[in-house]
Amino acid sequence: MATITKQEMLALSGDEAIAYAVKQSDVDVIAAYPITPQTIIVERISDYVNNGEMDTEFVCTESEHSAITACLTAAAMGVRTFTSSGSAGLALMHEILYVTSGCRVPVVMAIVNRALSAPLNIHCDHTDSMVERDACWIQIYVENSQEAYDSIIQAFQIAEDPSILLPAMVMLDGFILSHTLENICVLSNEVVQKFVGTRQIPLVRNHEGKLVPFKLDPENPITMGPVSLPNFYLEQKRQQEEAIQESTQIIKKVHNKFAEISGRRYGNGLIESYHLEDADIAIICIGSTAGTVKTVVDQLRARGTKAGLLRIRTYRPFPTQDVIKALGNVKAIAVMDRSHSFGSQGGPIFHEIRHTLYEVPERPYITNYIYGLGGRDMPPSLLYEIYEDLEKILKIKRVENPVRFLGLRE
Amino acid sequence: MTSKEKGWKEISIAGVCWLPSTEYITGDWRTFKPVVDQDNCNNCLMCFIYCPDGSITWKPEEEKIEVDYNYCKGCGICANECQRKAIRMVLE
Repeated sequence: MATITKQEMLALSGDEAIAYAVKQSDVDVIAAYPITPQTIIVERISDYVNNGEMDTEFVCTESEHSAITACLTAAAMGVRTFTSSGSAGLALMHEILYVTSGCRVPVVMAIVNRALSAPLNIHCDHTDSMVERDACWIQIYVENSQEAYDSIIQAFQIAEDPSILLPAMVMLDGFILSHTLENICVLSNEVVQKFVGTRQIPLVRNHEGKLVPFKLDPENPITMGPVSLPNFYLEQKRQQEEAIQESTQIIKKVHNKFAEISGRRYGNGLIESYHLEDADIAIICIGSTAGTVKTVVDQLRARGTKAGLLRIRTYRPFPTQDVIKALGNVKAIAVMDRSHSFGSQGGPIFHEIRHTLYEVPERPYITNYIYGLGGRDMPPSLLYEIYEDLEKILKIKRVENPVRFLGLRE
Repeated sequence: MTSKEKGWKEISIAGVCWLPSTEYITGDWRTFKPVVDQDNCNNCLMCFIYCPDGSITWKPEEEKIEVDYNYCKGCGICANECQRKAIRMVLE
């Protein structure tokens, strides 16, 4: 077992923490286009490249569609790539996100979550990345900037695993994390470089029946993602489903391996439970809100209320069995969504959790709060309201209004 | 047809082709096929130049052109370009 290595503490914003992790991860090609609140990531990386601190090909593209395409094609040649975006920029990448996962190319991307227009809004909500839920990218939502730093380093190892080969995105909350200074423990360059290693390329059978490296190489030409007619497309999509389901094990493994050198754990890498073991009432959420919920749980516990929190760290692949197990004896649940699926019953996490709990013999009461859209503040007072609602539900034994907009002015 | 094809565990990832492109007989996409009137053809080879699929070849020993119906998709460009109207598109 490896031992925890000596680390340095730096005051970094979330964006800077990501750029720092990328600098240490031996990335070969970075193509990016700046967008608020992700801009600092791109600025810091271009500084690092300019100052010779990174041996990286930095490509300034004219749009996000080109940035992700450049990363896709570079990664298809077998190198390590990184890009970053959010909001409208991520929306512009949409088409190529599917090409990237379909070509089984392990691009790593940091998403700084920001609302989508209109009305134009630069502040945090999760609509932009929830839109990309079904693109067959691994999705990790972080609670704080330390976790953002740690998760980027892990993401390269997860995405590039020869049994997975899927792109991965790490989400951090715009402004709340991206622009807030935090004390971040950083590993040494040598430790990170050893952890991420060099990309391992598996073999694939080519058109001549020969086993050749799975990369674009003039010496051993292959075609990735060519036209696929109705007689094969279905089988190819089934392969992607297998890979992303398998990745739950790799995410846990890499998370454990990283915990051994860093001393930091985020639950089991997929979910993080906080005082759930004996909880009667619990909140389920993702991202930075979990930090505030933990404080509220502590205060409620001090008063004797059996409150808990379940934070979903990996939203794709969705850790169904872990969630069922973690919720065990919880009697009433509030799912918090920082995005909304318009015209449906609630937000995407609510859909997922309620769907997951259908299998449970004794289903808990479950309710949904749409909150924080467009960066609306999420103070502890609103979280107390949620826990009070849950206590009321337990008392009256029914959910009166399953989907609510939290803090909405009537 | 489906039962004879490879299953999802057997095929390469990312749609990597396991056969050379010549194994894919694209001629069955065709609705109209080009038929060459050899008596009217003066071997100018405009059809050979314009064919986007390389499905028209020049046979030097016979001094005439030949259409490879395995790969001709029936686009009709050859018939359109032929100055002597020596190629007709015929419904299959």
